[in-house]
Amino acid sequence: MKEFSTVGKSEWKVDGASLATGRAAFTADMDFRDLLHARILYSPHAHARIIKIDTQKAKSLRGVHGVLTWEDLPRIVHTTAGQGAPEPSPYDSFLLDNKVRFVGDRVCAVAAESPEIAEKALSLIKVEYEILPAILDARDAMKPGAPVIHDEKEAQQVIHTPYDPSKNMAAHVELNIGNVEGGLAEADVALDYEYETHYAQHCPLEPHVAITYLDENGRLIIRTSTQVPFHARRIIAQALGIPVSRVRVIKPRIGGGFGAKQEVLIEGIPAAFTLKTGRPVKLAYSREEEFISARTRHPQIIRLRTGVKKNGDITAIDLGVIMNTGAYGAHALTVICNTGSKTLPLFHCLNVRFVGDSVYTNLPVGGAYRGYGATQGYAAIGIQMDEMAHAIGMDPIEFYKRNHIQVGEISPIIQALGEGREGVEQSLATCGLDECIERGAKEIGWAEKHGKPKEGAIKRGVGMVCLMQGSGIPEVDMGAATIKMNEDGSFNLLIGATDLGTGSDTVLAQIAAEVLTVPLGKIIVYSSDTDMTPFDVGAYASSTTYLSGMAVKKAAENVRDEILSVAAQMFNVSKEETTLRNGEAAAAGKKVSLSRIAHYSLYEREQKQIMGMASHIAHQSPPPFAAHFAEVAVCTETGKVTVVKYVSAVDCGTAINPVLAEGQCEGALLNGISFALTEEYLFDSRGRMLNPNFNYYKIFSARDLPEIKTILVPTFENTGPFGAKSVSEININGPIPAISNAIFDAIGVRMRKSPFTPDRVLKALKGF
Amino acid sequence: MIVNLNINNQERQVEIKPAERLIDVLRREGFFSVKEGCRKGNCGACVVLLDGSPVNSCLIFAARCEGRRIETAESLGSTENLHPLQKAFLDEGAIQCGYCTPGMLLSAKGLLNENPHPAEDDIKKALDGNLCRCTGYVKIIKAVQKAAEAIGKTR
Repeated sequence: MKEFSTVGKSEWKVDGASLATGRAAFTADMDFRDLLHARILYSPHAHARIIKIDTQKAKSLRGVHGVLTWEDLPRIVHTTAGQGAPEPSPYDSFLLDNKVRFVGDRVCAVAAESPEIAEKALSLIKVEYEILPAILDARDAMKPGAPVIHDEKEAQQVIHTPYDPSKNMAAHVELNIGNVEGGLAEADVALDYEYETHYAQHCPLEPHVAITYLDENGRLIIRTSTQVPFHARRIIAQALGIPVSRVRVIKPRIGGGFGAKQEVLIEGIPAAFTLKTGRPVKLAYSREEEFISARTRHPQIIRLRTGVKKNGDITAIDLGVIMNTGAYGAHALTVICNTGSKTLPLFHCLNVRFVGDSVYTNLPVGGAYRGYGATQGYAAIGIQMDEMAHAIGMDPIEFYKRNHIQVGEISPIIQALGEGREGVEQSLATCGLDECIERGAKEIGWAEKHGKPKEGAIKRGVGMVCLMQGSGIPEVDMGAATIKMNEDGSFNLLIGATDLGTGSDTVLAQIAAEVLTVPLGKIIVYSSDTDMTPFDVGAYASSTTYLSGMAVKKAAENVRDEILSVAAQMFNVSKEETTLRNGEAAAAGKKVSLSRIAHYSLYEREQKQIMGMASHIAHQSPPPFAAHFAEVAVCTETGKVTVVKYVSAVDCGTAINPVLAEGQCEGALLNGISFALTEEYLFDSRGRMLNPNFNYYKIFSARDLPEIKTILVPTFENTGPFGAKSVSEININGPIPAISNAIFDAIGVRMRKSPFTPDRVLKALKGF
Repeated sequence: MIVNLNINNQERQVEIKPAERLIDVLRREGFFSVKEGCRKGNCGACVVLLDGSPVNSCLIFAARCEGRRIETAESLGSTENLHPLQKAFLDEGAIQCGYCTPGMLLSAKGLLNENPHPAEDDIKKALDGNLCRCTGYVKIIKAVQKAAEAIGKTR
């Protein structure tokens, strides 16, 4: 391992003290004079045309300052998916429309002097609907004669990719490598099973919230809880039909996102009211709105066929996916692409087929959610790998070691399949998976526990799975950074990269501090504000450390160069003779401090601002790897599954800040365990969610916590900053397969449909 | 109507509406550390200490707090002079987005007020009403243990 001074240290978060003292300002933590409160009326119907909206009584209520229906807004089709332009998600959304497509779709909006008045106004609005037949099962969406959910003429794809709303097809992807049928024919054992993953919500503790206002020049300022400030600026300008130059997006502290806030979901409504009234307007989602009207994890129905030889060679993988994108196609193409592209390259296999259809239904809308399709893919592949190993009598550990991709290999799948387009050729440079497997197995006690006979009513079992993800989207995502030097030797680091709680401000500051040879306290971080900070695609696709981190590193190197030039001038030597170490420039036996250099540069001779700027795009997306091990206890009388211990061994390259990296692992996998066992959307027969609150949608709390062990296995990725790869998403992918495999080890029953609630497990166990 | 509240050791006369919840009054008074996560008492983001015990401020009428002592995270410590709980949260990496942190810290303080040497299960039980989606709780529990040790040493 290389030695660094700040990188690799578990520094305090740069915003930690302000968060710990409750002083950090989130979106809503600011007073605005004359603030109006917006509230939205939601559809009670899964599919209906709006015939008439009577807003007269609401408008005449004292304290109401505006009502918006589809008739009041420009009809501009767009996508709410916060992706780069042109977005790979279909254009099928309007700020408000004359049709509703799921229970929780927007009908109209009110702005009033208090939230109570706004609520009262909503109750005075009368809506006449023509109720249409609805699609409440993804299997029905593409059947001939199915109701057409997007029958509006504007629905379109803006990139070249299959899209047919007349068949409820939001996206289609196909990949063929080698000969799958031939591979299946030469197998000793062929498996063919169906798997199903379920709806879930991100549940950031801070629900969506935005405050919009006009500045003194009449520009629209949007203070919002977003992962994608620059995409938000572009998409809001588009949806409102105003120039980008008139919009400024400010991202303050964010109370979690996990992909939910990669959606430009709520900002347009308060912005439209602000433009109309000239007043500041706040729209804050309630928890219930977060469940019924924000985004979710796309459910998938996966048919997986594989062939395997007795010696453990996988001869074919045939992955067929139907993905329910809900009423709108947010991330419909890219999530399903990742179901294949972030799972299949993990294995040596020459015969691979992947066919995926994203379909519209009249159910809640899918979106970006940590794991982004890979979570669903591993739910099938991670279980079937265990089934394959079991079928040929091989230990899953040996099976993975034999079949996983190795350093130097070029995956034809990564090459063929990107996000909504072709991928890139990429030779695997680092892979710590074998060490992850070994250390994880030891920690869980695999050799002693796996495959052993069980006794008693509560049976224990262990299961494992191996995982990969990516680090950003190669040739697509760009991050940029600006660094400027102050006269006390401190630096402002301005980044568009978006810390939503992950600690990326800290990680990026550590990278800058390492290059500039200063303590972390000398780096003042500001992120992100579209007027102040350079562009960054935002926080998604596990990209910030790897991608924005390189932009910061390059910007800091540019600043270092300038510092050396000035120091050389001060020493009257050449730049090449000057070095920077421990916050001092040195040459010819003389030393000068950074503050002295900055002072000289700002005030004394040939004055200039020492600063640097850099952009970075990645040509590769080096995968992090992980091996997960779960030990469960299954009660054979109640079907209750308890995770006793969970081990994740993770190769994320260099952990720039190990404690923050561990935190990413632990948070992701607990979310994954909770998803696997208790989190579930319950619907009535008309598509209405029955449990939109934390009473009945159970996310894990401290008391549910199993013993968790995180092991970071270092590798050094040369294309990443100081050897780093990504860490944020991968660990949410393990719990479903690892727990399902552990349940099989405990009670001999395969759970192929999540979540593994007591009733499902008991039914499977009793065979009914 | 007017209520007299002792907020963070300061007596205040606050004008409220009869049905207002404590969370809304505290935030209007500028105590923005009191966060809203569900308004149903399920998530604990709005936890404050009422006469030393943790309560969900979204479930309490401000009018019922006449003459009572309220502590918010602002009272715990300052950036320059952190409370041992705050320091332990930073040392252990128990803060990610920080939205649950004020409520989490106050529930932990409420626990340590009652039980200065909590076992791991006591901590899990005390924090059970405070949801966190970022950390997986591992480091939060460890931080409370560390803080209890640190406070024990200074006694």
